[in-house]
Amino acid sequence: MKSRKRPARKAARATPKKRVLRQAPKRAAKTGRTKSARSGAYADFMVQAYAMENDARDRYTEFADQMEVHNNREVAQLFRKLARIEGLHAERIVKEMGWRKPPSAAEAWMWRQSEAPESVPSSGELHYLMQPYHALELALQCEQRAASFFTGITRSTAPADVKRIAKAMAADERDHVRLIQDWMRKVEKPHAGWDIDLDPPTYSE
Amino acid sequence: MNAPAPAASFKPQQFKSDVKPVWCPGCGDYTVLSSITKALAALEVRPENVAVVSGIGCSSRIPAYTTCYGFHGVHGRALAAATGLKVARPDLTVIAAGGDGDGYSIGGNHFLHACRRNVDLTYIVMDNRVYGMTKGQPSPTTEPDWDSKLSPHGTGLREFHPLVIALASGANFIARATSSDPNGTAELIAQAVRHPGFSFIEVLSPCVTFRPEQRSWKDMVHPAPVAPTDDPARAARRLMTDDGFNIGVLFAGHRKPYQPVKSATPRSVAELAAEFVL
Ligand SMILES: Cc1ncc(C[n+]2csc(CCOP(=O)(O)OP(=O)(O)O)c2C)c(N)n1
Ligand code: SF4
Ligand SMILES: [Mg+2]
Repeated sequence: MKSRKRPARKAARATPKKRVLRQAPKRAAKTGRTKSARSGAYADFMVQAYAMENDARDRYTEFADQMEVHNNREVAQLFRKLARIEGLHAERIVKEMGWRKPPSAAEAWMWRQSEAPESVPSSGELHYLMQPYHALELALQCEQRAASFFTGITRSTAPADVKRIAKAMAADERDHVRLIQDWMRKVEKPHAGWDIDLDPPTYSE
Repeated sequence: MNAPAPAASFKPQQFKSDVKPVWCPGCGDYTVLSSITKALAALEVRPENVAVVSGIGCSSRIPAYTTCYGFHGVHGRALAAATGLKVARPDLTVIAAGGDGDGYSIGGNHFLHACRRNVDLTYIVMDNRVYGMTKGQPSPTTEPDWDSKLSPHGTGLREFHPLVIALASGANFIARATSSDPNGTAELIAQAVRHPGFSFIEVLSPCVTFRPEQRSWKDMVHPAPVAPTDDPARAARRLMTDDGFNIGVLFAGHRKPYQPVKSATPRSVAELAAEFVL
């Protein structure tokens, strides 16, 4: 177990956070459906979408905690920011659906596949010396996976209202992909040897 | 008769304590923690009705990271403590957890006899084929040719095969899981807890610091190509030819769990103490 003190670099502060939040379209308005006219499948689908956003938020929070424990504050802050964004997406679904409290069925959806499409895989991806660029690379893959998940639904045999909202969500996720790509252009690219530690934790190398 | 208590509805996060894990970022044990909390939520148990018991090692830190009752015990003795606890308090859900060093080296003998006794508890081993906490010594599951500063040219010793040994010793449920599949691991843990008797789950959980090559395990694991069997002879054949990366339930037997009959009248501490007088 390692901790390293690292100087906070300026680059990661150039986060287009506000844009990420503002640009997301109002999905309910896009579908043009009233709540009463929606199919049961629509509610089930929104429960899935809620579970996905929640899972992504929890995963980023765990990663932020891990980075904090290892004193990589810069990346910890970035993961915290990503967690906040996913949390806001989850809250927006609750609001749009008019749920008084988040549905408990959200937990059940976890079992359907090994990881939610928008979550960074839980193990093996982090490094205690990782840099903001690496964290954004992981976030980019998640947004891309989420976009193709929703696109897949638009091509499935799902009811029309589900396909419509899935289309709006796929568009949202594609927006996020572009925003993260913009964000990546603003942070420093890691130099070769970024993971070299002159006091490594292992005797075996 | 009292009305049955309503099912608990705790979220996975409510089984996580405020203590932040000190594992290395990327360590497979994070996923195992997450899977345990998801399984407990799905099992609709309450944190105060679950005990997580461990020995010593990075993986054995796990009880502190849950809101369940926990016992971070002596190296290799998780199963002894867990067995005693379950026998004394059969109403609790008891999970023993730890590493390959804790469970198969110093705790190897306890492992055999816990399988043999078949007390109704679940044993989760986070196998990274190394002693992580003490900085990278080979463990019983380390490959004979793993070359490192602490084992130049490898130990040359044949690996221990925990699943085969569990079967031969009498474990009632045997599964392999992978930390690259948190939801699948949660599901296997929930099945193991529900299955009566001693349930053993080996989780392939990479040590990214001392065995960084284990990051590639996620590409090597695959679902077991066969349905679980309750026939020990068939399971033995499968496990003996297993490639070490088959994921799923590999044996689910029907042996009756061991549970001593509780005396009708509770005995006083003085009476119990008298039994230990030499
Ligand atoms: C009686 C005793 N002997 C030796 C040790 C030193 N020791 C601490 S952890 C450990 C091995 C842990 O390996 P493992 O169980 O595989 O856990 P990991 O750290 O890999 O998760 C050893 C030998 C100890 N703490 N107590
Ligand atoms: S040393 Fe290995 S087992 Fe221990 S926390 Fe680090 S990665 Fe995990
Ligand atoms: Mg180990």
